[in-house]
Amino acid sequence: MNIRLISLLLFALSGFSGLALAQEAAQVAEPIPDKGDTTWMMISTILVILMTLPGLALFYGGLVRAKNMLSVLTQVFSIFCLIAILWVVYGYSLAFGDGGSLNGFIGDFGKLFLAGITPDSMAETFSEGVVIPELVFVVFQMTFAAITCSLIVGGFAERIKFSALLVFTVLWFTFSYIPMAHIVWASGGFLFEMGALDFAGGTVVHINSGVAALVGCIIIGKRVGFGRDSMAPHNLVMTMIGGCLLWVGWFGFNAGSNLEANGVTVLALLNTVLATAAAALAWMFVEWLHNGKASMLGVVSGAVSGLVAVTPAAGLAGPMGALVLGAAAGAVCLWGVTGLKRMLGYDDSLDVFGIHGLGGMLGAIGTGIVAAPALGGMGAADYSIASQLMVQLIGVVTAVVWSGIVSTALFLIVKAVMGLRVTQEEEREGLDTVSHGERAYTMM
Amino acid sequence: MKMITAIIKPFKLDDVRDALGEIGVKGITVTEVKGFGRQKGHTELYRGAEYVVDFLPKIKLEAAVSDDLVDQVVESITKAANTGKIGDGKIFVTPIEYATRIRTGETGDSAL
Repeated sequence: MNIRLISLLLFALSGFSGLALAQEAAQVAEPIPDKGDTTWMMISTILVILMTLPGLALFYGGLVRAKNMLSVLTQVFSIFCLIAILWVVYGYSLAFGDGGSLNGFIGDFGKLFLAGITPDSMAETFSEGVVIPELVFVVFQMTFAAITCSLIVGGFAERIKFSALLVFTVLWFTFSYIPMAHIVWASGGFLFEMGALDFAGGTVVHINSGVAALVGCIIIGKRVGFGRDSMAPHNLVMTMIGGCLLWVGWFGFNAGSNLEANGVTVLALLNTVLATAAAALAWMFVEWLHNGKASMLGVVSGAVSGLVAVTPAAGLAGPMGALVLGAAAGAVCLWGVTGLKRMLGYDDSLDVFGIHGLGGMLGAIGTGIVAAPALGGMGAADYSIASQLMVQLIGVVTAVVWSGIVSTALFLIVKAVMGLRVTQEEEREGLDTVSHGERAYTMM
Repeated sequence: MKMITAIIKPFKLDDVRDALGEIGVKGITVTEVKGFGRQKGHTELYRGAEYVVDFLPKIKLEAAVSDDLVDQVVESITKAANTGKIGDGKIFVTPIEYATRIRTGETGDSAL
């Protein structure tokens, strides 16, 4: 007992002296980034890259027919590279710059080509006086932009014209992703200032891309033979590997979004395990009850729906809140890819809307509930669920309307200028040979 | 000479091969095939999309044998491939007009 008391006293003293030292330092010098924070942010960035390449690519690739495998892999790979470059050319500046009178919606051109950003430039985090190198913030955010644009391809997989997809991606990134990122994440952004809670990008990434995919699959139209021919996934092993890489990468996505390595970061990491596990089991059991069998595709799809739903809540929900949110997402998204899809009759090939769109909305609204301190969340003491839900709802509606309008306009423009889909014969032949001149699997 | 073509359940291949070896069949050719018969297929469900799989995987086994072996071969395949359940397969016997061993040029029964 004595030893414990002494150590506690020593700890308290060292804390005080540390605090005093820090205050002194702040008066004489700019805050210096912590090596642990910087390292964590670099690792998180690399994890989000892994999540896209090869995670998302394989997750999607396994779900298409063998004749379209390479087309999906090529689409995800090239979109990632394209956005990485556009991000440093103008994306970062427009998303995180200060847009003056338009700052509620967009940044400016002040940091085009990363002008003025050096290894000594610092970015603020959510903690007073804690900074990270701005360069790591730039590259971390780059990976978010890249995966969001890549997610969309699942909506119209197996029929899109490759050139049209690239043109659409450049436009959508510019007119949908960048403004949404600014609105939600940049200081001065309209939803940011309103106090919308979106820890790691439920609105910016998932609702945004989910709605774009829905609009895309409706404008482009159903696959030839949809509802008649077998369109069973060609390799669910690949889908499982991709799904697991998505989960691992998502730790960077969610826990990295805290921008430093502390207790909240660990909370986000834990929640990213719990919500995912709960969602996977929820999907599995509901499917089992309903169809008599528990499927691998169900478990892995459930896991992704849980990851999507916990994204906005990662560092805001308590562990039990995340668990409930995840379980709800598993059940709701299962309905999204079966009941809802059948009811409305669209051909969202890989269920981007059913999982990312719907899961994103559920997560954004659910965050307003599970962030409440009464439910174990991280909200302030005077937190009001009702008023926060109102703000969350405004966030969801903003994302749906913005992405819906912009995506519709862009798809129609690209369709008019160059056409969106390959010919029927080419579609039957498969995009691998038609668009890319190669095939994934060569039999002797 | 007769050609014996048997369609059997894939997991019965090893049993059939052993049985044929015992009665002196010198060689067989095996192909993985798909088909439908009285055995019903099954349905697969992927995120709510249901596909009926009619064509089931089977093994097609071909053995060219001399006339005196035919009854024995048919009998041992029937015994070895039998599970008593629907979908065990079928055996067809057809005449062979001519046979040559490529290496030596032997013909007829000695080519088998």
